Amino acid sequence: MSDTPVQTSATVLTVRQVQDYHAMTLVAPAIAERFRPGQFVALAVGGEHTGRLVRRCFGVYEVKSDYGGTVEVVFADTEPGTAWLAGLRSRDKVDVIGPLGRPFRLPRDPVTCLLVGGGPGGAALFALADTLHRRGCQVHFLLGGRTGKQVFGSRMAHRIGDSAAVTTEDGSMGERGTVGAAMPRVIADTGAEVVYGCGPTDLLRSITRVAGEFGLPSQVCLEEFLQRTGACGIGVCMTCVLPLHGEDGVTRMVRACADGPVLRGDRVRWGDLGTIPFDALGAPRVLGVPEGGRAR
Amino acid sequence: MNSQRLKTKIAGLELASPVLTASGCGGTGRELAQFCELTRLGAFVTTSVMARPRAGRPTPRVAETPSGILTAMGLPGPGVEGFLEHELPWLAEQGVPVVVSVAGNSAEEFAELAARLSGEPGVAAIEVNVACPNVADRGRMFAWHPGAAAAVVRAVRGAAPAGVPVIAKLTPDVTDIVTIALACVDAGADALTLINTVEGMAIDHRTLRPAVTGVSGGLSGPAIRPIALRCVYQVHAALPRTPIIGCGGVATGLDALEYVLAGASAVAVGTTLFHDPGAVPRIARELDEALAARRIERLADAVGLAHRPAGHAPPQVRPATPPPPHTAPQTAPAAVPPAREAAEAPAASGRPAEPDPAPAPAAEVKERTP
Repeated sequence: MSDTPVQTSATVLTVRQVQDYHAMTLVAPAIAERFRPGQFVALAVGGEHTGRLVRRCFGVYEVKSDYGGTVEVVFADTEPGTAWLAGLRSRDKVDVIGPLGRPFRLPRDPVTCLLVGGGPGGAALFALADTLHRRGCQVHFLLGGRTGKQVFGSRMAHRIGDSAAVTTEDGSMGERGTVGAAMPRVIADTGAEVVYGCGPTDLLRSITRVAGEFGLPSQVCLEEFLQRTGACGIGVCMTCVLPLHGEDGVTRMVRACADGPVLRGDRVRWGDLGTIPFDALGAPRVLGVPEGGRAR
Repeated sequence: MNSQRLKTKIAGLELASPVLTASGCGGTGRELAQFCELTRLGAFVTTSVMARPRAGRPTPRVAETPSGILTAMGLPGPGVEGFLEHELPWLAEQGVPVVVSVAGNSAEEFAELAARLSGEPGVAAIEVNVACPNVADRGRMFAWHPGAAAAVVRAVRGAAPAGVPVIAKLTPDVTDIVTIALACVDAGADALTLINTVEGMAIDHRTLRPAVTGVSGGLSGPAIRPIALRCVYQVHAALPRTPIIGCGGVATGLDALEYVLAGASAVAVGTTLFHDPGAVPRIARELDEALAARRIERLADAVGLAHRPAGHAPPQVRPATPPPPHTAPQTAPAAVPPAREAAEAPAASGRPAEPDPAPAPAAEVKERTP
């Protein structure tokens, strides 16, 4: 088995409407066998002679061994590209590259893990839960959304998780409120030692903050940020960059696709997303960062 | 695939394939290597290298537009020292010619970069990105002004080793690209890359703000192919001996063929790589097939073919056109081609002779008589 991603013309097995989202299963054995939780796939939209050149990046909900290997993604229909994908039918072809990006790093010991998700991005946590279970970890879920229909996978979470909690902003499912507000209680109840997150960028920011308050390590998957800013998914276009605080104390602009999408939450400079912080390497005003040249 | 057919030459630099990557679209090379063998690229053109590390512009840097993308990157990169330490050594080991693109804010900075690169193994050519802001001219692009563009090219040509070709990459956002091209060639450019992105704009209807942080951005992709093709044609007409690398929306072998017919000796694939990272070898294969189907044995024979007057076009494309008055009458078609070939040969200088013009018109006539 190789770590290198592959580009393949995958056959659509099914496209289903799941609550407010679409779940698409693709036959892509080479991607399924290489996949590790946290990685994503990049789909071309519009068919062979498409005028839409930006690839759409989605986390993977699960891979199965049926038909040699299938990959299932969950996405919201928000723009013409995702509408095209949602309109695909069985046996249609779609060009897929994957698996891409760095996966979630897994704990060496069987620890208690809290998996926090929101929106369609939360789907990527279920593949992780499987892997953690196999390593003897306890897996607790906390899922959130604006309405009950936007909480993906609550039933699955209750079935496979050691516990599962749901929050909605309108109270239509589970507890009324936000994931960030419920997290301290869930951490206390479950005794979580590690936090994994996937979902909207604001959610990842609050996951990181709460985990930090409890002194827990957090790993977050920036799938939504990547969807919003990226173009290629493979690391050549340099458009999905965000400021990351490095081990050496230097902030660098890193790519959400090739350097992520899973990053240590405490390394991401959440407040500076969408900017070039003044102290980042190569920022317009270099303040005494010596690497790679003379400061002028 | 006929490996001989696709061979091409850019100012003394011999390339096994005329299909290159475009600057800024191939990452460090490592990312693309996952999807295609780099040895199958004609050359790898690097992202523009600047003197110091540069973070570039904030996100959003890209917006999808019809048949293209709009980007405002702000020339991010590790700086020349980072490039020489982490990127060039790996690229040089891959067995692919490396064209290093350089960018600077002043002619002196360009010259320093060229000097720093000289003596580094693995630099096959230097591409000068003159479409970057000139600090001394209130941030206007060097490539907008023939004098400023020429000054940069002269500075790089002076500092680069004699054996390393200097290629100027021009913007189409000028009144007359031929003037700029002439100025660059006069200043010592050995070849030209046409074109850089076209300045454009998109507005996000959710935020009600410009879709990229730079307000305007560079448009690339098939949307700009007709503009780029026009530039290649115009410049080749004015400078038939200057090798041109055509660049702008090349997505298939036939796109590449169009550029070659307009006067390009090679093409560079950019935005298409974002969509299809394995595109370069595919386009080379398709171009090879397209040339073979037209019975063109060498790429060089096709360069600039579109410039010939209508009567000289290959018979299978324009069968019904009457012969132009200066050629011999068509009464004895079999006798004409050798005579025409002989007459044209001395003046050809890059204009190839027609591969096989005689049989097809005869067949054409036969078809029409009944």
